[in-house]
Parts: sequence; structure tokens; C-alpha cells
Amino acid sequence: MSRVAANTASRRRGGLADREGLLTWLFLLPSVVYLAALVLVPLALAIALALSGVTAAAPAYRFTGVRRFGSVLSDGAFWRALTGTLVVAGVSTVLVVLCGQVLAHVLLARFRGRWLVRPLVLLPWTTPAALSATSWRWLLDSAHSPAGRLLRAAGVASWHERPAMVLGTIVAVQVWRLTPLAAVVMAAGLTAIPRDVRDAARVDGAGAVRRAVEVVIPLALPSIAVAALLTAILTCADAAVAAVLTGPGGSPWTLAALAYARGIEGGALGRGAAIAVLLLPLPLAGAAVLLRAGRSPAEEAA
Amino acid sequence: MRVLETRGLVKVYEGRRKQHVRALDGVDLTTEQGECLALLGPAGAGKTTLLRTIAGLESPTLGEVHLGGHLMNGLPPRARRVGLVVPSHALYPHKSVRGNIEFPLKAEHVPRAMRERKARWAADLLGIPDLLGRRPGRLSADERRRVALARALVREPAVLLLDEPLAGVDPRSRAAARDELRSLQRRLGTAMICVTHDQAEATGLGDRVAVLDAGRLRQVGTPQDLYDEPVDTFVATLIGTPPMNLVPRGDRLIGFRPEHLLPAEEVPPDGRVTMPLRVDRIEHLSGDRHVYGRVTRIGRETRVIARLPATVTTPLAGGETREFAVPGDRVRFFDAEYGNRTAPVRIGG
Repeated sequence: MSRVAANTASRRRGGLADREGLLTWLFLLPSVVYLAALVLVPLALAIALALSGVTAAAPAYRFTGVRRFGSVLSDGAFWRALTGTLVVAGVSTVLVVLCGQVLAHVLLARFRGRWLVRPLVLLPWTTPAALSATSWRWLLDSAHSPAGRLLRAAGVASWHERPAMVLGTIVAVQVWRLTPLAAVVMAAGLTAIPRDVRDAARVDGAGAVRRAVEVVIPLALPSIAVAALLTAILTCADAAVAAVLTGPGGSPWTLAALAYARGIEGGALGRGAAIAVLLLPLPLAGAAVLLRAGRSPAEEAA
Repeated sequence: MRVLETRGLVKVYEGRRKQHVRALDGVDLTTEQGECLALLGPAGAGKTTLLRTIAGLESPTLGEVHLGGHLMNGLPPRARRVGLVVPSHALYPHKSVRGNIEFPLKAEHVPRAMRERKARWAADLLGIPDLLGRRPGRLSADERRRVALARALVREPAVLLLDEPLAGVDPRSRAAARDELRSLQRRLGTAMICVTHDQAEATGLGDRVAVLDAGRLRQVGTPQDLYDEPVDTFVATLIGTPPMNLVPRGDRLIGFRPEHLLPAEEVPPDGRVTMPLRVDRIEHLSGDRHVYGRVTRIGRETRVIARLPATVTTPLAGGETREFAVPGDRVRFFDAEYGNRTAPVRIGG
């Protein structure tokens, strides 16, 4: 009897482990600090820079207001880069999802030698974007590279000047770079489909095509949406591939590359920041749309 | 007419560390048109593997599967015309109930009007016409079971394969669910194989019961056969609650069912086997008395259970020793080492 009383008394005093409200905050704190330091502060800095006339030559902060955005929007290069970004992001996303689905099935298939194939599939993603873009540029550009020769033989002397060629090249490198990531995400989605449901479709008499279209793809839709979202955001925000492919002095074809060219290479920090801030709504809108689309099938599956 | 026949089915899986597991070890089984065969066995006996092999989801290592007189080996599930219901029901979560039931017909390219009519028919048969527009996620377990059944029988399969068809049905409505399943099957006239680990369900549901253990069929027969003439101690102790009492005597086991072990004065004297029973404990279960105790004299002292029907009113109390008896024709003999049925031996007394 007395022991029970002693127990409840000590519990009432309560150790740290019993105070769940406090614990919640304690556990959340690191991620709050992380988000604030690495996301919110840089974002606020970028917006502050965009509202200023700061350049590399004159680093003192001068508030200029939203005038900067007006001058950016009246620049032809901005609109060209915006179109380029939309085209690259859109086409890359479609291609990455298609190639990623194929690779996801390769990753999941049981065959001899898959211990070798699996790391190879992931290799492009582990390579730094600037490095891979450099080697791609060499592949396409150098006088002695096979692709360069083929292009010249086809009558394309300098691919830098033709928008379709430049954008196509950027898309090719982005697809090559991001497909493995999408494949891993979608492979996880495919393994989450219950085996019973796949078996049921086989017993119900569905052939391979019907099983894919009516059962597997609808159930894998949430993971496909996540893969598409990641690809769209990463291609929108990526400056390295476009900047390296077109090189310093070349005309930038995507917004991120344009921001880099104006702000860092050109020294107009405020102008670069303004372009970057104008780029922000693109991935945000993509995230909102895809999260909404991905939600409904996921909820029904649960 | 024979609907399904398996001949010498063997299925070997390669388990962990290259170990071979024989999930099926030579299974010969037949089902007739309109028959319900219950497949009974403990967990891991190979019941589900057998169903999956018949459905074509697994290919046998050895042996043959015949459906409607045709060899099915190597044919994909969709060529087999079987309906399968698994314990998880495996409904398509993104399709409505109507979409689920129509799916097998769609796969057969049945025209839309016909599909709708048949889906309606199947839904009416299972009493779920109101659910056609709903998604599986919003259904109760019982409703999901009905949808899975409707989907399995909508294209009128030659055999219905049901894996634990009454799993998740609450114990109170089990008898009603069994009854409904049987009357449904009788109306359709399809052959049906029901997998279960519950002996009461197997004997209640099946025209015949096949007892499977470690990939081998122990015994196939009517529930009465299995109850009266079990071929070995495995079947003897699997069928019936409480299970058959087994008393060791030399190299034999003397087996008798709890309901045949009664106070001596309740058993006609000619041919009976009597034994003293020391009562440990008495349980009252819906009018019956289950008497837990120990018997001696006929063999080694052994714990047994006697089930006294409500009509036997002999007063009994714990700690008391009393003469009990079993009618002579109710005693079964098994080999003590291998458990198989043997010829009777004289017990005396």
C-alpha cells in the first residue's frame, strides 16, 4: 500500500520524460533551428538583396524598393530564360518519370548480377552536377569527341547558338542526372503495392498491360508524383548544368543560370537576387499542385 | 464430374541459406462439381501454397494440376477460370466496389452493358447492391469480404478458392456466415475449396475435409469419417473440441473422445472399457460439464477430459475418484511411436 503511494507521489513530481509538451518542443527545436538558419534567413537575405542596389563593386546596402523587379521584367533575357526554364523543367520531368519507371523495374527485378547493376544505376546521381556537365560539354563540344564530329557531320557547326540544341542538351544532362533519384523514389512506391493485390489482378484475368495501367500505375501514383515534384524543383533551381554547358560569356538559357550570370559573374548582386526571387514561385507552384494531386490516391489506399 | 484434380504436387522453395523447404510433398486431391472441400491444417502446413498452385500463382516443382480435365501446368492464372479470395481480400483500393467487381469481366472484354448486369447480379447475390458506388477504404471488414467474394464469382469460375473465407468475421456471426456461404455455393453449383485452420469451421463447412500437415495429406473424408475413424493421432487430436484423449499403454495409445467418457453407470455394460477417474476440476460450458482429471488402470496415468452432456446429472466434485467407462466400439488404437491407427488390443475390465 505504502509503496503504491510512494510511486504515485514520485510520478506527480514528474521527471523530464513525463512532460510531453516540453519534450515535443525539445525534439522539434533542432529542425526549427535548421529551417530558420538554412532556409528562412537566406530567403530573407535574398529578398533584401533584391530590394537593393548592391553590386560587387559597391557592397554598401542601398534600399531601392521594387524598382529592380521592373527592370528585370523588362529585360528580354529574363523572358527567354523563363521560357527556357519552363521547357527544360517540363520536358525533363516527363522524361525522368518515364525513364525512372523503367529503371525502377530494373532495380526491383531479380536477376543474376544485380549487385553490380544497382550501384551503376545510381552512379549519375552521385556525381556532382558541375562535374558531369563539364564532361558532357567536352563530349559534345571538343573537336575530337564523337558527338562533336557527328554534329559537325550533320552540318551543325556551333550548337551554342541554336536554342533547340541548347535546351535539348540541358534536358539530356538533367534527365541523365536525375533519373536515378526518381527511379529510387518510384521503386519504393512500387514495393509498397501489396503482393496480394497484384496477384488478384493476375487471377482476375488481367494481362500485363491491363495490370500496369489499371492497377500498378494508379497505386504507384503518389510515388510518381513525388518523383516528378523532385525533378521539377531540382531542374528549376539548378544553375550548374545550364551555366557550365553554355559556359561563361555564353547566353544563359535558364533563370537560375541567368541569376548566376548576372549576380555572381556580372557582379550585380541585387539584380541576380531579384531574378532568383522571381524564380521562386515556379517550384513552389509545382510543389503545391503535385502534393495536391498525390494526396487523393494515397489517402484512399490507406 | 471431376472439376479439379492434382496429381503428386510437390513445391520446393529455396529458403534462407540455400535450405530447401518442401511446402507441398506429393498432394493428390480431387473435387467434384458442386462440392465444398475444406482444407484443414495448422499454420505452415502448405494450405495457402496449394491454393496458389491451383490458381497458377505458383508453379509446382513436380506434379500436375488438372482443371475440367485439362492439364493446367504452365498456363497463367488468367487461363484457368478460378476465383480466389485471400484473407486480406486484396481489393483494388483506387476502384469503386463496382469497378472491383467488374474488373475480371473487363479483362475478358465483356461488353459494358453485360458487365453492369453481371456486377449487379453478383452484388445482389451477396447482399451488397447499395455499396456499388463506394470505395473499399470506406467498407467494414464484412463488406470487404462480400466484395471480394462477388469479384471472385462474377465470371462464374469452375472452382472457387477461398483462403480463410471467414477470417475477421466475429465469432457470434460465424455460423450464420458459414450457412450463407454454403447456400450461396449450392445455388451456384460451383466447386469450392476453403482453406481454414479451424477444425470446427472445416467440419461445419466442408462436404469433405482434407487434413494437410507439413505438405502431406493426412486424411481426406467426410467430417463424420474424420471424427469416427481418424487415421492417426494427428487427425484424432485435430478434429473435435476438446480433442481425443490418448492414454499410453505399452507400445499403443488408447484413444477415446471426451464425449464418450461417461460415468460407468451411464454406459451399457457389455463391451465397455472402465477406468477410475480422479476429478481435478469441472468446467460448465453451455450446459455440458467438462471434467478434467486423471485416469489409471487401462494404461499409464494420464490427464484426460470427459464431456458430460446436460442429460447426465451424476453429481461430481473435485478430488473425488469415480468409475468412468467408454463404449467398446468407441475406443481407437494408435501406434505409440508413429501415431498411425492399429488393430485393437484387449484391455480387459
